[in-house]
Amino acid sequence: MSTSFNPPNLTQFMRRALIVGVVLILAMLVPWDHDRFFAAYLIGWTFWTGIAIGSIALLMLQHLTGGGWGFVIRRILEASTRTLPAMAVLFIPILLGAHSLYHHWMDKDEAAKHEVVKFKLKYLNFPFFTVRAVIYFAVWLLLTYFLNRWSLLQDRTADNRYTKNMRTLSGPGMVALIFTVTFASVDWYMSLEPEWFSTIYGFLFVASWSLSALAFTIAALAVLSKDEPMKRIVAPLHFHDLGKLLLALVMLWAYFAFSQYLIIWSGNLPEEIVWYLKRIPGLWGATVIAIGLLHFAAPFLFLLSRSVKRNPRTLMMIAVLIIVMRMVDLIWMIAPAFGKSNWVWLDAIALVGFGGLWLAVFAWQLGKRSLIPINDPQYESVLEQQHMGGH
Amino acid sequence: MAQDDPENPTHGRRDEVERPSSLSGPISSSAHHPHRRHAPPLYGVIAEFETPGDLVHAARKVYEQGYRRINGYSPYPIEELSEAIGFTHTSLPLIVFIGGVLGGIAGFGMQYYMEVIDYPLNVGGKPYNSWPAFIPITFECIVLAAAFSAVLGMLILNKLPQPYHPVFNTPNFALATRDRFFLAVEANDPKFEHDKVFALLQSLNATEVSDVEV
Repeated sequence: MSTSFNPPNLTQFMRRALIVGVVLILAMLVPWDHDRFFAAYLIGWTFWTGIAIGSIALLMLQHLTGGGWGFVIRRILEASTRTLPAMAVLFIPILLGAHSLYHHWMDKDEAAKHEVVKFKLKYLNFPFFTVRAVIYFAVWLLLTYFLNRWSLLQDRTADNRYTKNMRTLSGPGMVALIFTVTFASVDWYMSLEPEWFSTIYGFLFVASWSLSALAFTIAALAVLSKDEPMKRIVAPLHFHDLGKLLLALVMLWAYFAFSQYLIIWSGNLPEEIVWYLKRIPGLWGATVIAIGLLHFAAPFLFLLSRSVKRNPRTLMMIAVLIIVMRMVDLIWMIAPAFGKSNWVWLDAIALVGFGGLWLAVFAWQLGKRSLIPINDPQYESVLEQQHMGGH
Repeated sequence: MAQDDPENPTHGRRDEVERPSSLSGPISSSAHHPHRRHAPPLYGVIAEFETPGDLVHAARKVYEQGYRRINGYSPYPIEELSEAIGFTHTSLPLIVFIGGVLGGIAGFGMQYYMEVIDYPLNVGGKPYNSWPAFIPITFECIVLAAAFSAVLGMLILNKLPQPYHPVFNTPNFALATRDRFFLAVEANDPKFEHDKVFALLQSLNATEVSDVEV
């Protein structure tokens, strides 16, 4: 048995994804409508950045808990997090489009009309907004840098000190990540409707981004484990564990999403219910039902089954369904904030376009390292598990 | 005999291999075994292993030889063991699922009956059937009923509580709760032939192989 876990050649996939991404993002400019372009840009950028940030959360989670499931997905998670520098650069257009996206509080005259928004200007103003964004990216990029660097050094030196370092960083890192994601989601998405507020909104994004990151990782692992070298080490029990985690995150997301609705529905206060009143009429109402059925009920029921979780193909189908429904849910959460000036089809193009760019960077980064951290202290025991699993 | 172990030393899911006839008792099991050398009726032959890997390996080999009434004993659950001894299906998940569904229906129905039929109250101008408000309690009822179904279903499928089991007669069996792993081939297996089974287990890296009386 060979001990090398060199990644397969992904150059062709990378090139195609890059072309699709660039073409579609340029195509978004064709209608030449600033407001609609930036709205779609924000949605497309958010979804894929969310996978990168969710991957930091999962990476730290597996450093804290250990276990074969985390061992086999670590390099996929690390490659996802290494897309963050590119996504940070792609955040600059959002700052440039802030006048269009956040005009409710960027425009002084408009903000003056509402007492509540006027009060919030101490927090919601462009300089402070930019400084905060820099802080969020600094935290995320630092976590990404150290977790990736130590992991690489461990591969090279087989020094267990790095394992310890990564574990030590992951505890406080998790706290920092949850705080930054909470504030970022308030800044970037909740402030699109600056009069409205919800205290669970940040957690909703923590859960959503972790969920989309896990769904993407499962799909990537299922594809990679079809061939050498991952075929040698990935066993049904790893998919089983990942499936259980996926079920837990689906339920966590549903819990947060429903809690927000239940509390606002119970209180029935005019300043709170506006958010839902914009998101129920017409096709948005049908979207809510679709989200309830396909984002929660269907994955929940299928993931209860042991055989569905242990079969990479069925688990991948559910992961893909969740990825698609995460996109639908994100559009449903953000697009209605722009009212009638939002084109949903443009949002869809942005989601696919950013997908192309992101996957190209992901594939490039995935190709740089061994697909398995071969000098990790868990290596032997994971290999034994696979052997005992004997499939 | 080592019957003083207070903990249940058997593998996490005993229903996996515990079939009704394994409790058929001394009379029926002794009737099957003309090759038996011992005067007391035989429950089976049991092998002791030092590592879970040896246990799983041995279980696979024994299963490959066509033995089906086999059981593994370990201090902690070993996922692969259940597959190795040919245990693929248990009705416990179905019991839990049905329990959860019934609990959910009962939870929602209870609230609907109270809020809509028995004692309708106007709360904040909301409809009597305010389903979003019923969801948390419905969810709790699902969890409660599913948990009860899991515990009771497990006990019933395992035929627990069971104060006496023949494997307790195995030498060193108390170590099954600590750091030893055991594999039993039961005497009521249709293919059971004492000497063959004994030799087979001895060839599988067992530290000790012994006969177990009922």
